[in-house]
Amino acid sequence: MSDVVERTLSVLPGLLGQHDPGAGPGGAGGPGRASATSRLGSLIRSITALTSKHEEEKLIQQELTSLKVAVSAPTTTLRLMKECMVRLIYCEMLGYEASFGYIHAIKLAQQGNLLEKRVGYLAVSLFLHENHELLLLLVNTVVKDLQSTNLVEVCMALTVVSQIFPREMIPAVLPLIEDKLQHSKEIIRRKAVQALYKFYLIAPNQVQHIHDKFRKALCDRDAGVMAASLHIYLQMIKENSSGYKDLTGSFVTILKQVVGGKLPIDFNYHSVPAPWLQIQLLRILRLLGRDDPRMSELMYDVLDESLRRAEINHNITYAILSECVQTIYTIYPNSELLEKAAKCIGKFVLSPKINLKYLGLKALTYVIQQDPNLALQHQMTIIECLDHPDPIVKRETLELLYRITNGQNVIVIVQKMLDYLKETKEEYAIINLVGKIAELAEKYAPNNEWFIQTMNAVFSVGGDLVHTDIPNNFLRLLAEGFDDGKEDDKLRMYAVKSYLALLEEEDALYPQKFLQVMSWVLGEYSSLVTDVDPEVILTKLHSLLKKTFVTSETKVWIMAAVTKIASRTSSSKAVDELIQEFSNSLDTCMRQYAFELKNLCEDKALMKNLLPFDASCSDMVVDASLSFLDGFVAEGLGRGAAPYKPHHQRQEEKLSQEKALNFEPYRLSFASSVSSSGITGRQSPTGLSFGSDTSVNSAETGHKETSTLKLEGVRKLWGKEGYLPKKENKEGKEKEPQTVSCGSLSAGQVGDPPALRSDQVASISEEDKEKQQLASTLFIGLGSNAGVSLMGKADTATQKFKRKSKINEIQHSEEVSDFQNSTVSDFGPLLDTVPINVEDSEGSLHTRLRKASLCSSDIVEDNLAFEMPQSFKKSGLDERLSDNRLSQSSLFADSNIEIFQPSPSAQCESASKTPLVPSLPEELEELTHSEVVELCQSDALALYLCKVWTDDSLLLTVFVSNKTTAVLNAVNLVFEEAEHFQILESPSHQFPVIEAKSVERCQKCVWMGKICSQGFLSGSVNYQSEMEMHLDFSITLSLMDFIRPMEMTTEDFGKLWLSLSNDVKQNIKMSSSQGSLSAALNTLQQKLKLHIVDVIGNEGILACQLLPSVPCLLHCRTHSGMLALWFRSPCSALPDGLLYQCQKVMEES
Amino acid sequence: MIKFFLMVNKQGQTRLSRYYEHVEIKKRTMLEAEVIKNCLSRSKDQCSFIEYKDFKLVYRQYAALFVVVGIDHTENEMAVYELIHNFVEVLDKYFSRVSELDIMFNLDRVHIILDEMVLNGCIVETNRNRILAPLLVLDKVAES
Repeated sequence: MSDVVERTLSVLPGLLGQHDPGAGPGGAGGPGRASATSRLGSLIRSITALTSKHEEEKLIQQELTSLKVAVSAPTTTLRLMKECMVRLIYCEMLGYEASFGYIHAIKLAQQGNLLEKRVGYLAVSLFLHENHELLLLLVNTVVKDLQSTNLVEVCMALTVVSQIFPREMIPAVLPLIEDKLQHSKEIIRRKAVQALYKFYLIAPNQVQHIHDKFRKALCDRDAGVMAASLHIYLQMIKENSSGYKDLTGSFVTILKQVVGGKLPIDFNYHSVPAPWLQIQLLRILRLLGRDDPRMSELMYDVLDESLRRAEINHNITYAILSECVQTIYTIYPNSELLEKAAKCIGKFVLSPKINLKYLGLKALTYVIQQDPNLALQHQMTIIECLDHPDPIVKRETLELLYRITNGQNVIVIVQKMLDYLKETKEEYAIINLVGKIAELAEKYAPNNEWFIQTMNAVFSVGGDLVHTDIPNNFLRLLAEGFDDGKEDDKLRMYAVKSYLALLEEEDALYPQKFLQVMSWVLGEYSSLVTDVDPEVILTKLHSLLKKTFVTSETKVWIMAAVTKIASRTSSSKAVDELIQEFSNSLDTCMRQYAFELKNLCEDKALMKNLLPFDASCSDMVVDASLSFLDGFVAEGLGRGAAPYKPHHQRQEEKLSQEKALNFEPYRLSFASSVSSSGITGRQSPTGLSFGSDTSVNSAETGHKETSTLKLEGVRKLWGKEGYLPKKENKEGKEKEPQTVSCGSLSAGQVGDPPALRSDQVASISEEDKEKQQLASTLFIGLGSNAGVSLMGKADTATQKFKRKSKINEIQHSEEVSDFQNSTVSDFGPLLDTVPINVEDSEGSLHTRLRKASLCSSDIVEDNLAFEMPQSFKKSGLDERLSDNRLSQSSLFADSNIEIFQPSPSAQCESASKTPLVPSLPEELEELTHSEVVELCQSDALALYLCKVWTDDSLLLTVFVSNKTTAVLNAVNLVFEEAEHFQILESPSHQFPVIEAKSVERCQKCVWMGKICSQGFLSGSVNYQSEMEMHLDFSITLSLMDFIRPMEMTTEDFGKLWLSLSNDVKQNIKMSSSQGSLSAALNTLQQKLKLHIVDVIGNEGILACQLLPSVPCLLHCRTHSGMLALWFRSPCSALPDGLLYQCQKVMEES
Repeated sequence: MIKFFLMVNKQGQTRLSRYYEHVEIKKRTMLEAEVIKNCLSRSKDQCSFIEYKDFKLVYRQYAALFVVVGIDHTENEMAVYELIHNFVEVLDKYFSRVSELDIMFNLDRVHIILDEMVLNGCIVETNRNRILAPLLVLDKVAES
């Protein structure tokens, strides 16, 4: 064995290195040579001889065992220890933890001589992370070394401090390090600045007082110290650029000196003066000059010089140039510099070196937002890069195209992205690109079919990697719809049809998220498609449920879809089969759904009520107090069950009990069962949940429910401005005539960009032609400098999916006004597309159009020319035309608006039909009351309701109005007994007689018996006309109808607070508009009628009572944008109910 | 910002690794394996920058040894590409014609050199004389 080692030893140097290994110039024959025969040497030799992972593991384990013995042996000298440390570093580098050695690394740093100490520090910085507890043991050593007279030791200590240091110990070393800023040696000053930079990063507050010392460092006579301070400044300026504007001049001067070669020659790298320093300065200037003409002015000169000086053809100058270009395009623009920078980008992009090309693409991507013309200039290069064999270059090109996408080139660009997606397997790239495609599709989709198909591609290619936002946004977009109901339904129908077609394929495997989207859409909208039997859809969904690749989460979605479809069909064999099959399922969740479905199917009316069509966007009222469970709870308590404890109380108890008993397993299984049953449903955008998991903490549930309804913070992608909207129309027009003249494009294609002259076109080969066609489709709609729109409001011209119909209008109105403003011949062709009804309704325009059509024969050419700007979008789509026709009518507002309005006379008629709306008697009019609303009507009677909120009850005033011309006798009004409400006197009222055309009223005082956030009080009216008539009505009452302010003193509050046992705590977020505590309290006072007892600092106390006299106390505290609410009440359900109301009003305000 | 600095040979064996953000040891080996796989899969005519997860890799090959630097999106790829070369030039100067074995047998010294150049993920020194100065002092002390 040792033989083998010996042989490898002698052979290796010859094989792997040209010369004697380990002989550094400083240590020739010294430490380097010695290692060749040491344990370290043999470890290295063994490592180089390794052939498999298995061998490596064996070797390192052996090594670790022997190291363990060695480091803890008292005989181990420091010199040996240093070697052990290097061996440990090796072990960790290969992936084997050697934590037993960490403490010895610290010891070595403490005790060793110089080189040993350095290795000790090195090992510490490699082994430990920022928050490692052992790090504290290093502090003493560092302090000692910082005070050392040996500069090498000071240097080492400073180095390690700037690498890794416990934040809480900064005060121990800070004064020492500050002293070092005045040290005579540059290296000490430089390292001190680096250490302060580290402190600034981990604890900016601690170094706040030495900001002027940073300035001193910036002005240090040594370039190295100055360079070190730039790191701090870059960071500080990033955080707050306005605070350092006064330094702009200094940075400019420094850069000027560096660029001018004023630094010592050894700062040069390949004869470029301090390139990394230049880059750092350019970054700082970029931050200072952004949006600031005055500061930018100061920089123009030096930037110009940087561009000029960086002409040596070396990689590093290109690095500087790309930073310089980026700075020029970020700061306040200077046309001369921009021109030079643009030329500079050309150098990159056209370079044959692939690295430079990449850099050029990146720079282009950055500047293209400011100057899209550059994309036109380099379009051929971009096209080449799009088909580049290097996927990285391709990807960067797609990034660039993403930035220049507009309504006209979206189809081509998205296609290119999808092509790339199909090739790549890298997860991160897929997620990233899929997100971009979805964004572009929503923003610029030219039509429904394309949008749905693109999203289908996104879901099937992106698979389950796609971000959850994408399916959620997509579904929300479908559900919320746009302005035009018909268009919405078309989109939904198309989606349904396309999914049905996809599900037709038997063996296709779709990603879970895609299946979920499909099932939701089918569930909600399949009934829009009338020519498909719901039974077919149900069968398809049923067969999906049986597939093994479908996860249980997806199954829940499918089940929800089945339930929704079933609610709209009378009876279905597929549903019956499904119920039967899953009633015995081992999956409890599925079994539950099957049972629910079964029960629902037995009561179709209830089912329809429960699952209304297309109501996914309407708000749901949630009974957060879960009062409907009260009976169940009471029963449970009666049987001796433990009373419910709020979550935080349970946690506290758990904490206190932790040492005695461990409840861990029970909790875990409970949590998982909850998440598998109800929660999944709740997170879906449908919010369809059967609420069966409500045994969880009710306050939490309530909160969750509301948070799913909350829409704040949701990204509205279609709300964004489109790309370069102002320039679109104009640009299109400018281009088109050329297109026609060079004749290289067929009717559906879009024009060539202006850069291509027709004479060039003539000589190009087939392949180039193809590329140019691609180019023309890609770069259409990109701006020219004359981008001022004719209309001044053309920024709406890009297509945003949401505002579809409106945009059509606007585009048309622009066209129409163009008509009137421009020469007739230019716009002749519009005749083809203008629908007849417009011509009829617009007399003057009509004649003008006629004139146009009579114009000479050269119109034909212009005809084409005009079609172009719109043609990409329309590209012969007939249904678009019909769309336009629809919106057209509203364009000519002046002339035909009246047709669409109901005539005034009709309105009068309908008004006269309604009988007198009753009003409250004077004595009640003074109290706070609701508006009078209609409850129900029959031929003879109309019932109206007004809620009057008196101090001690809710007064329901019901008006009964006799609409007939005859007297009505014996009208009986009866309230049914309600679970939650209590009518104080008798629940019925009889009107002996109601005269013709007159109104009678009755009043009932109501209290809330059982707490619920909202409930119904129903009743009926019986009266005798020709026969016994019966009229039902129902009144919605909310908890807030019964809450009254409760006035009390702070002392009383305190006493009462302590005596109350039921409490609920919750933090809710305050919107910026609410801002302060007082604003929040005002909201609560006004909207919820809570009484503000006292406000102390950032805390406030409020009180209210539930009629007749159940108090509820509220304690509010604000901290960092949150409002902490703490309710207490003798009634357990009241705090929950109020909390829900609070959340609601806080969100609304 | 620089996230990590690696030297890995063609066989995928790590010769030097320095992380400027804490990464668990187990994850390091996985990352390194993937990084080198990525680098090896690329040909000479492809660019030296790789988009990898949410950061970028800049790599440069010297004989059988790859130097790979992981950077975030604020960093200039070309500047880092040249930083690698500067680092190798410094090593070359110190070891007078550096080889893979030099690096292996003097891992501590290579680390000390790198620490002078890159600190906390920032490029702090690129002046060759200044980079080597502290190490040369240490060597001199050790010799005497």
